[in-house]
Amino acid sequence: MNEKTPAKPEIAPVDFEYASSREATDLVEIDDSYGLWINGASRSPASKRYFSTINPATEEPLARIAEANERDVDRAVKAARKASDSWRRTPGKERAKYLFRIARMIQERAREFAVLETLDGGKPIKESRDFDIPLVAAYFFYYAGWADKLEYAFPGLKPEPLGVAGQVIPWNFPLLMMSWKVAPALATGNTVVLKPAETTSLTALAFARLTAEAGLPSGVFNVVTGAGPTGASLVAHPGVDKVAFTGSTAVGKAIQRSIAGSPKHLTLELGGKAPHVVFDDAPIDQAIEGVVNGIFFNQGHVCCAGSRLLVQESIADHFVDKLKRRLETLRVGDPLDKNTDVGAINSEAQLDKITELVDVGIEEGAGIYQPACELPDRGYFFKPTLFTGVSQSHRIAQEEIFGPVLSIMTFRTPAEAIEKANNTPYGLSAGVWTTKGSRILWMADRLKAGVVWANTYNKFDPASPFGGYQESGFGREGGKHGLLPYLSGVR
Amino acid sequence: MSRVDVRKTYKLYVGGAFPRSESGRTYPALDAADSVLANVADGSRKDLRDAVRVARGAQAGWAERSGYNRGQVLYRVAEMVEDRADTFVDQIRASGPTRAQAKREVDRSIDRLVWYAGWGDKFAQVFGNLNPVQGAFFNISAPEPTGVVGIVSPEEPALLGLVSRMAPVVISGNTAVLLASERWPLTAITFSEALATADLPAGVVNILTGRKDKLVPVLSAHMDVNAIDAWGNGWQGLDAIEIAAADSVTRVVRPPRSIEWADDRSSQSPHMIADFTELKTVWHPKGL
Repeated sequence: MNEKTPAKPEIAPVDFEYASSREATDLVEIDDSYGLWINGASRSPASKRYFSTINPATEEPLARIAEANERDVDRAVKAARKASDSWRRTPGKERAKYLFRIARMIQERAREFAVLETLDGGKPIKESRDFDIPLVAAYFFYYAGWADKLEYAFPGLKPEPLGVAGQVIPWNFPLLMMSWKVAPALATGNTVVLKPAETTSLTALAFARLTAEAGLPSGVFNVVTGAGPTGASLVAHPGVDKVAFTGSTAVGKAIQRSIAGSPKHLTLELGGKAPHVVFDDAPIDQAIEGVVNGIFFNQGHVCCAGSRLLVQESIADHFVDKLKRRLETLRVGDPLDKNTDVGAINSEAQLDKITELVDVGIEEGAGIYQPACELPDRGYFFKPTLFTGVSQSHRIAQEEIFGPVLSIMTFRTPAEAIEKANNTPYGLSAGVWTTKGSRILWMADRLKAGVVWANTYNKFDPASPFGGYQESGFGREGGKHGLLPYLSGVR
Repeated sequence: MSRVDVRKTYKLYVGGAFPRSESGRTYPALDAADSVLANVADGSRKDLRDAVRVARGAQAGWAERSGYNRGQVLYRVAEMVEDRADTFVDQIRASGPTRAQAKREVDRSIDRLVWYAGWGDKFAQVFGNLNPVQGAFFNISAPEPTGVVGIVSPEEPALLGLVSRMAPVVISGNTAVLLASERWPLTAITFSEALATADLPAGVVNILTGRKDKLVPVLSAHMDVNAIDAWGNGWQGLDAIEIAAADSVTRVVRPPRSIEWADDRSSQSPHMIADFTELKTVWHPKGL
């Protein structure tokens, strides 16, 4: 037999490159220009001004968007005011059916919204398709059910809508952040003027058309597009009863100041610098996945991103080595490619901010590590980045970078982990990895954070309240608690 | 010759002790006829900062106690107020009310303390939630104390107003720095004697007498204060409080448009406890 053994065939080198698997974009129609959505129809702006929105992955313009000035905002708020009387008197069960209908229509057109979100914002299609849009539908479905059950949410009290809600949302989860605000506002009988972020207006405008198709009465939902000044006009408008803002802590503070002493109600969902604590008894492979998801999900454009890794000293070298190896396998690039893990940075301005803070990290003496991935020639991209040897006082340990940059620190004892974890002015979220149940609960009690993910990270659900401590803002979105910011008579 | 009585020196209450103001200043507390009743400490900005530091130091330990234990301590405060009821009645009478009215205010204050004492181990059951999320996850939300709370006590009713705002703040595990009624400061200091003998840990409640126009801005702007209770301030000047508070996203609990302090329906509620809490949500996977 031996002499009959054939010579080994030549083994061709295996190509581990993924074939491109690009999501089709032909189901999305993008207009050349978009007006403001006021009183149930698209309107030309009184400002007569437009700005362009681009695809951050290609830097190519997608459309021109109306820029709302004070007069435009005034028209939108007046439309919402006018619609408020009948909307608040619309029986809860009828309001509910509009919202159920909207949830269903989002599900029907989920792929279209997902592609549009990715085109305009740069997030990987697998995230917009599997995370953002399904959750948008879920939030509408969840709050639809509350619309006619508010007296059970607050027994013995008389919940009443506040009136007109002015809502200003960020660019990191455009349609999802919209749903967190619009669904509870409409369910509780408020009308809405929404100001989306200027780099990601398209899905909100597409949603506005969907509300018309759903038959939502005119003026109940309005969209004013534009940048900071448009948002400031909306917040300052005397016809607004309730201001809800998600965005940076600096802008949140400015809003808190600007409405000081006015009768307006306010909720703020601001920045974070979340600690992600890994103990030596953690399930290492799962923890690695959790940490990677915690900071590289949505390019790190996540207010609750686990941007500070606190790993127990005894496993730190091993853990960081594994993390570096895992980073090599992340696929960075075309957001429309279904294999892509890390897509485009949302804007040039954000890319500049990330670059600046990473430079600061290097200057301050932290050790930088980036995988050997190639970035596309065009568009705004940034390599997944780790910093080791970070100290508490480094700016990259204190300031929100809002990008794919993880600052790694170590600790020895649980008490030290808590001390370091809580050592920022923020308090939005935190992560803990350990197999010891009592330690999870001990940590969860002491972490100054509105959301604690134990042995998981970045999980969201419409039934689960979300919001921060301290300079991460106040008020909760999601769950029964998410109704409170839109009601009076509930305390 | 009849006996000369021994008068009380009215000082601050900070960290479980009764210091004088570091400024060495006092101001006269007048009765309703503008006669001098006593000289009370004119608390300074530094006294206020000291009080915040002490309150911060006491907060974690107070919050770690069980709600049952905090309830017992607050109940003990009620006992101590009951024990000093006559003193409180006399001091309230000096501000104008009749004996019967003063008695009603003291009784109401004691009853309110007892009412909040009972919430210590219950409010989290009312405001917390097990959340039915999708997927195999355990998800629970519960209120936690926000931290250090600055309380601007109402000018009147001095005792009932102070008690009504302090009790819901403290029962959940917050610590407090309280600015007493400037016009009628005596009951606040006598109340601090009740606190000091009620097993309330040092620093959990700190009471300053002094000029509100000087102290309120410092309290509002303090970076280590988590929330300001503006009920006692009213809407006048609320904008200045909120502007200062915004520097550290301090929560400002706004007053209602009108307050009936003696009315239980409008001035005591578990929602007033919730106003000074933060909701924390914890996720954990379920699996084998």
